[in-house]
Amino acid sequence: MRPTEEEDVSQTSHGIGGLSYDAKKRPWPAEFNVFLALVILVAAFELVGRVFLGDSFLFNTRENVSGLFNEQRLQIIILQVSIVGIIAIGVTQVIICGGIDLSSGSIVGATAMIAMSFAQVATVNGNPNPKAMFIDYGWTDLPVIVPLLVAIGCGLVAGLINGLLIAYTRIPPFIATLGMMVTARGIAKWWSKGQPISFPTDSFAAIGRGLMPVVIFISLALLFQLILTYTKYGKHCYAIGSNEDAARMSGIKIANHKVLVYAIAGILASIAAVVLSSKNLTAQAGMGVMYELDAIAMAVIGGVSLSGGRGSIIGTVIGSLIFGVIISGFTFLRLDAYYQEMVKGVIIVGAVVLDQWRQRRRAIGA
Amino acid sequence: MSDIVLKTENLTKHYGGVHALQEANFELRKGEHVAIMGDNGAGKSTFVRQITGVEQRTDGKIWFDGKEVNFAGPIEAREAGIETVFQNLALADDLDVPSNLFLGREKVLFNLGPFSILDRKAMRKATEAALVRTAVKIPNLSSTIRHMSGGQRQCVAIARTATFASKLIIMDEPTAALGVQETAQVENIIRTLKENGEPLILVSHNMRQVFDLVDRIVVFRRGRIVANLRKQDTDGNDIVAYITGAKTGQAELQAA
Repeated sequence: MRPTEEEDVSQTSHGIGGLSYDAKKRPWPAEFNVFLALVILVAAFELVGRVFLGDSFLFNTRENVSGLFNEQRLQIIILQVSIVGIIAIGVTQVIICGGIDLSSGSIVGATAMIAMSFAQVATVNGNPNPKAMFIDYGWTDLPVIVPLLVAIGCGLVAGLINGLLIAYTRIPPFIATLGMMVTARGIAKWWSKGQPISFPTDSFAAIGRGLMPVVIFISLALLFQLILTYTKYGKHCYAIGSNEDAARMSGIKIANHKVLVYAIAGILASIAAVVLSSKNLTAQAGMGVMYELDAIAMAVIGGVSLSGGRGSIIGTVIGSLIFGVIISGFTFLRLDAYYQEMVKGVIIVGAVVLDQWRQRRRAIGA
Repeated sequence: MSDIVLKTENLTKHYGGVHALQEANFELRKGEHVAIMGDNGAGKSTFVRQITGVEQRTDGKIWFDGKEVNFAGPIEAREAGIETVFQNLALADDLDVPSNLFLGREKVLFNLGPFSILDRKAMRKATEAALVRTAVKIPNLSSTIRHMSGGQRQCVAIARTATFASKLIIMDEPTAALGVQETAQVENIIRTLKENGEPLILVSHNMRQVFDLVDRIVVFRRGRIVANLRKQDTDGNDIVAYITGAKTGQAELQAA
């Protein structure tokens, strides 16, 4: 009865028990649906633009500029989502692991303030830098590695606290990171007593110059897509989010893994803080407000399931592009910014409803 | 002693005042398939939980693979070579078959701590080999568990236990929730395990299944082992008599 080693598994009919596999029933990868949504959205803006404004959303219509596409618009779309996108990468792996991180926006604020104070120049136009925090200690014009390490340290500490709280006190991630959200915002305001911190060194300012945010975003997205797909860490993220008890029974060290997941999310938020403050050449206590929700929204729109276990960085990247296209499209149609937020809200809820619906459909075997 | 895989002596478990398991003496030899039967609350699952380290026994001794053992938890028991197919399956729904088979013990290409690169090819190959060995048919290995029927899930769970050169496999009612054909598939796997000489403890309510598959039947009643019979020395009516208490079994056990 037993098939021999030579036989291919797919050739054995042994014990088939009437279970057969129908390739047509195989669902599309969720990312494909998200990409389709992006294409439809762009097409919709293109259509509305052509009909009502006589202008193209996607293509170049100006005589004095060469090129098929409206490159300026495409750049703006990706540039404006790349900083929140960096946060969304960290948030994605947290959500896949079955958690949530509400603290990332505040971590951006606190990290931007603290890191920027180590990145300031001594003199502005020949005068002493009026905003320099540590000018009395002579901590000005430091090499760029100093504020970078300080930033990553801040993100790491905040993320570690999140992770340790969640893994060892077993409080819900929602509460732990909500606490960090409030606390980190407090730190951001306390650091300079509410004053903005400005005038960074040129090497610090170079980090967020031009299209650098996009380059950093895409590189990190690629890195984490590979990590989630090809490493033990990634596999365990999906396993824990999918069935935590099964993961525990399989010998995965759940607590250690969770600490690591939140620590990485914190570090990614701090990288976003560096890019943002560098791009703006200043750090303010209010930086990054609501970024956590935008990041979660990008992930959710990108097909990351809030119940854990499903989603990918590629999905989140496409989700972030949908975000960018919506904002840019509304500007293109000369609609008020108020509508953008309203529509954003509808899309977030819609994406979650869609996810629930897909899950239920699968559960009943449709 | 050398061909005895598992032996318990006076294994006892009390939950407060409830004597769930009392002085169970049990032996399992190499290559032997043994069924554990009994009414609900007879102590079958309690017995299994003591062996697999899910719970800590009140009294008694357990020898496994020639050594006296004290498992602090199910992971220790698994590392020692006791693989259990749990009733709740313990599979991750969103992972594919190889990932589930190797969950928590992934094959690694480069060791970089938690960021070790997975050897996906090797895991896939090993999965295919395991499925051939257990004669489990899964049409598409990269399909996630979520998309599989109850029978296929059970097969993956069983294939997982059989993949890792385990010394003892325990199945707690593996076909309780399955249809006729799916049950047949799981039973085929159990037969294959028998051919391969892998020892097995099967907890089951299904009389036909038990007589089809195992060598020996152990009956629990009110926390005690009341019968320990070779298949050819008994029949269904006899077993039912032990399960319901119509026959007490004390005389036979003492005589044996």
